[in-house]
Amino acid sequence: MTHIAIADQPAEMHHPHSFVTKYIWSQDHKVIAIQYGATAISVGLIALVLSGLMRLQLGFPDTFSFIDPSDYYQYVTMHGMIMVIYLLTALFLGGFGNYLIPLQIGARDMVFPFLNMLSYWFYLLSVLILLASFFVGGGPTGAGWTLYPPQAILRGTPGADMGIVLMLVSLAVFIIAFTMGGLNYVTTILQARTRGMTLMRMPLSVWGIFVATVLGLFAFPALFVSAVMMAFDKLLGTSFFMPAVVSIGETLDYSGGSPVLFQHLFWFFGHPEVYIVALPAFGLVSDVLSTHARKNIFGYRMMVWAIVAIGGLSFIVWAHHMYVSGMNPYFGFFFAFTTLIIAVPTALKVYNWVLTLWQGNIRLTVPMLFAMGFIFTFVHGGLTGIFLGNVTVDLPLSDTYFVVAHFHMVMGVSPVMVLFAAIYHWFPKITGRMFNVTLGKIHFWATFLGTYAIYLPMHYLGFLGVPRRYYAIGNTDFIPDSATALNANITIAAIFVGVVQLIFIVNILWSLFKGKPAGGNPWDATSLEWQTPETPPGHGNWGPRLPTVYRWAYEYSVPGAKQDFVPQNVPPEDVEMEPGAGPYREHTV
Amino acid sequence: MSLLQTLTETPWNSHADEASAVAAHAGTPSVAPQRVALWFFLGIVAVLFALFSVAYVVRMDLQDWRPMPESPALWVNTGMLFLSSLALQWTRMNLHRNAARVRAGLLLGALTTIAFVVGQLLVWRAMSADGYIVYGNPANSFFYVLTGLHALHILGGLWVWIRTGVKVRLGASPDEVRLSIELCSTYWHFLLLVWLVVFALLSYT
Amino acid sequence: MAFIVAIVLLVAASLLLHWLSPWWLTPIASNWSAIDDTINITLWVTGFVFIAVNLFMAYAVFRYRFNKNRRSRYEPENKKLELWLTGFTTVGIVAMLAPGLFVWAEFVSVPEEAHQVEVVGQQWQWSYRYPGEDGLLGAADAVYISPDNPFGINPDDPNGQDDVLVTSQEMHLPVDKPVKLLLRSKDVLHDYSVAQFRVKMDMVPGSVSYLWFTPTSTGSYDILCEELCGIGHHIMRGRVVVAGEDDYQNWLTAQPTFADTQSAIGGDPLAGQAHFAICASCHGSQGEGNQALNAPRLAGQAGWYIKRQLAYYRDGIRGVHEDDVYGRQMAPMAATLTNDQAINDVIAYIETLPKTKAETTVSGDIAKGKAIYEPTCGICHAPGGHGVWSVNAPVLVGMSDWYLVRQLENYRAGIRGNHLGDEFGFQMRSMVSALKEADAINDVVAYINTLPEAAPDEQASVTTGGAQ
Repeated sequence: MTHIAIADQPAEMHHPHSFVTKYIWSQDHKVIAIQYGATAISVGLIALVLSGLMRLQLGFPDTFSFIDPSDYYQYVTMHGMIMVIYLLTALFLGGFGNYLIPLQIGARDMVFPFLNMLSYWFYLLSVLILLASFFVGGGPTGAGWTLYPPQAILRGTPGADMGIVLMLVSLAVFIIAFTMGGLNYVTTILQARTRGMTLMRMPLSVWGIFVATVLGLFAFPALFVSAVMMAFDKLLGTSFFMPAVVSIGETLDYSGGSPVLFQHLFWFFGHPEVYIVALPAFGLVSDVLSTHARKNIFGYRMMVWAIVAIGGLSFIVWAHHMYVSGMNPYFGFFFAFTTLIIAVPTALKVYNWVLTLWQGNIRLTVPMLFAMGFIFTFVHGGLTGIFLGNVTVDLPLSDTYFVVAHFHMVMGVSPVMVLFAAIYHWFPKITGRMFNVTLGKIHFWATFLGTYAIYLPMHYLGFLGVPRRYYAIGNTDFIPDSATALNANITIAAIFVGVVQLIFIVNILWSLFKGKPAGGNPWDATSLEWQTPETPPGHGNWGPRLPTVYRWAYEYSVPGAKQDFVPQNVPPEDVEMEPGAGPYREHTV
Repeated sequence: MSLLQTLTETPWNSHADEASAVAAHAGTPSVAPQRVALWFFLGIVAVLFALFSVAYVVRMDLQDWRPMPESPALWVNTGMLFLSSLALQWTRMNLHRNAARVRAGLLLGALTTIAFVVGQLLVWRAMSADGYIVYGNPANSFFYVLTGLHALHILGGLWVWIRTGVKVRLGASPDEVRLSIELCSTYWHFLLLVWLVVFALLSYT
Repeated sequence: MAFIVAIVLLVAASLLLHWLSPWWLTPIASNWSAIDDTINITLWVTGFVFIAVNLFMAYAVFRYRFNKNRRSRYEPENKKLELWLTGFTTVGIVAMLAPGLFVWAEFVSVPEEAHQVEVVGQQWQWSYRYPGEDGLLGAADAVYISPDNPFGINPDDPNGQDDVLVTSQEMHLPVDKPVKLLLRSKDVLHDYSVAQFRVKMDMVPGSVSYLWFTPTSTGSYDILCEELCGIGHHIMRGRVVVAGEDDYQNWLTAQPTFADTQSAIGGDPLAGQAHFAICASCHGSQGEGNQALNAPRLAGQAGWYIKRQLAYYRDGIRGVHEDDVYGRQMAPMAATLTNDQAINDVIAYIETLPKTKAETTVSGDIAKGKAIYEPTCGICHAPGGHGVWSVNAPVLVGMSDWYLVRQLENYRAGIRGNHLGDEFGFQMRSMVSALKEADAINDVVAYINTLPEAAPDEQASVTTGGAQ
């Protein structure tokens, strides 16, 4: 397979013709990407509905008889798990990673197409196992997405019998799927770049996906280890994580295990996981911003270094999720220090995004709106992260609505903004058609303003001390009725945002069949995927010959050039210049 | 070019010498992608076992830890795994020299590997018969998890190895199986190393 | 253009919400005002960055909006600018981190003079242990936990005998004295959190975590569990009362020691039989209950439950709500049992009575009832309805079904479970929210009617809290 995927001549590639080999058992990275994307978005919609149900209970407690406490905690758990793992991780890496890597580095496909296909089917299997837990006795687990033992496997938690077991199995299968896909992504990026595509000429999307995949490959084993050990505790009665406990009146046979050990393992995965989602988002949004600002990404090298530095640092900050976990409190010094260090490269990325806009020539397209919406929400979510990363400030705020608001801004809204930016940006390439701009703009405004209306006030409930993961706040002395009223308003905003996503679905489906033909490069972009001979790209991507790359992916608005963009694969001598401007190269060095 | 040099390139200038860039990436990688993927995979497995080992050491310090007795049979199994690693290396070295030795090496490697796995199973049986059951003590639990996980990785490799052996039997040329044999031997050496670390961990405690 | 306006308005709205928000840190009641200071420093620094970056972005979008006659500036990077920004960011980070670390250093080093109090968490209630006169807490371990020793104190440890045990949900602390709370859990992770004290810490089964503070103003504050601990997480509530030294000592000396609880006199069934004569007039001579007189079955009910309810009736916690017609009839009857000994005796007698299943009078949709019962009621009252002492959940199976219906209705209407002294009633108040539909109560009770009466060995765990 290898020589086929990398070969200059596509002659040896077989072109599948039947529907089944072309769209179902396909080994084409683009089809697999769409399969990943469609599955992830579908399961994400389920998680969106779950969040709506949660919000109904929180906004209007004692109103909806079909939501009892165990339902509520199951919604919380499944919403979180699906969004983080099965939607965001799968969509950024399995979806955009699969679609963009070969196209942006000039390859015909992934280097192991069969493994790539297998990766998707394992992912689908993990999703099905996850969904199956809704239909077993006791329902899905309600242990929270962190699945902390002992409660995750004890009777006081919903789904402590079959639900948690299916959850662990599903995660293990997902990790296998991810490993198969991930090995493909990193090997393809390292080994299958076309002529002239040096590492530092790669678009930042590829950099983000590359580093995120490396993080995933080395972080998911920690989740695997903790899942295996917890499954042993649950099914075989071992005591890896289980101390001696008296659970609802019953003395159990466990002894001596350490629940905090699980938390260390979980967050050793869990923190890099944040960047497994964030780094591809950083990469994709950089490309969208640069293209629509008609300006090179500002400080490309700094952007690459920041991605690498953030990736490296993300492995030594995990215990900032555990400041109040009962671990040795002296760890707090180290982890607060490393956590706040990570703020420096992250801040630099933000500066470089806004500096990319500065002196640009900004086209306010739909993807650009989402990309700039991302900057706003990410700045907000990143800054509130400094509160929680600083160990002392975390004390009053941890486990309150402040945490919920923070991670939804930084890990929910921000990556989703990028997802929408990326979907609108690459939609013309993926389908060959343009989306409906009006619907896209309505979608942006409703989502952007709506989510801010949800999460901004939520921070203040956190300052007040309203605890998270409460089925109902009930009576307290310090939470005024106005907080309940605020919760109702938040719910209305959340339902609004949820319903508005239908506009997006409608737009995508309508445009798929009725959208205006987009042409090969509607945004006048420089990177390779926009230079394919066919749109959507055919099997093998490049026609008879692979492209040769002559420059980086951000050659926008070069002085003297006739057009304001110079694609990566145009030979220097073919670049058209303004009359009297002299040869191309002189202007750019 | 060193990584540091690569990362400090100024790509907006580098088209000035695109000739070298074109030469450096002629579209045919010097290292087989399978080898790159294998090295990444070995890294993942290393992390997996390292995390189990960290968990082991942390759990060991808690009060209810009762070490298991060391089974002498494990030394025999270690010897078997060492032999299989040797056999694979021998096969690899004889690939282009002696077809009979290749066939013998393939067979010997498979047999010693199977002997290792069976030996591990026998140790399991002996241990459970002596009352060291998986949930009896965390030391037992770790013993079964670590040896079991290691054996699963061996079996995964064995599948590739046997497939290669069948190909050779059916008359595949050395070039067709060279990569598989090289990668298998690398994998085996790695798993031997992992086993030595796991074995040391289990015996040391 | 809309985008620029939107960004500016959003920044303005954020600031307005911040200044006008009625939701802010609760008035502090501990020594940790330094924590509030670190929050304020972080707010100023991050607030500045938030405003600066977003307004800069809005201005850039305005000034460099698309114009087809203009070109962007070609500027790959600007090392000097990036260096300045790095330096500037680092300064901001240090300004936030340094004070944080100093305060954390204070938090991890507990002052020598701090007195110790142990807080024990379990699903879904709190209990507290104070060292006795020796100033030391006895050793405790999950293996010793039983209905008679809910704290799991090692009975052989002499330090434990004088430990003061508080099983009510309310703890007391003296004002202006530093206290180190030792946090322990019997089952799953919990988290001790009082918003007004600012500090919180998880409670981990199998180990002891801690936190310290000095309460600085008297009053009563909510203790909330802030680590997800199962379906009752949101109803795991306690209170901490901060009082002057004298009040605190008075309260403390009124609490029983471990030795007291171990030597509590068991009931005498013979003496109880005499007291029971009054009860029998309504509840029947065998304690079998009588619907005509609105008296539920008593035989087979857990002793600790009857004991607590009798105490509630006696102390004006139950049977006082004006709509609780039958409860108000019971209150004067309970008052005839004048002391704990009498109550213990009656309970001892009730435990000798034969356990006959009460007559079935309620019908409903059993399948629906099961769907409600299993994930909700069954967690505490046990899947078989036999009740669980550790979560204070009484026996349901075989009890008078019409009585169960009435009590569930009372909980739902707030007639029962609303009194502050009723420590676990509010938990039922919250849980009956799963029974909002009109027929749900009948369905659940109909399902309970189908459960088999408790097996003899399960009855063994249903003993009075104090009996030997």
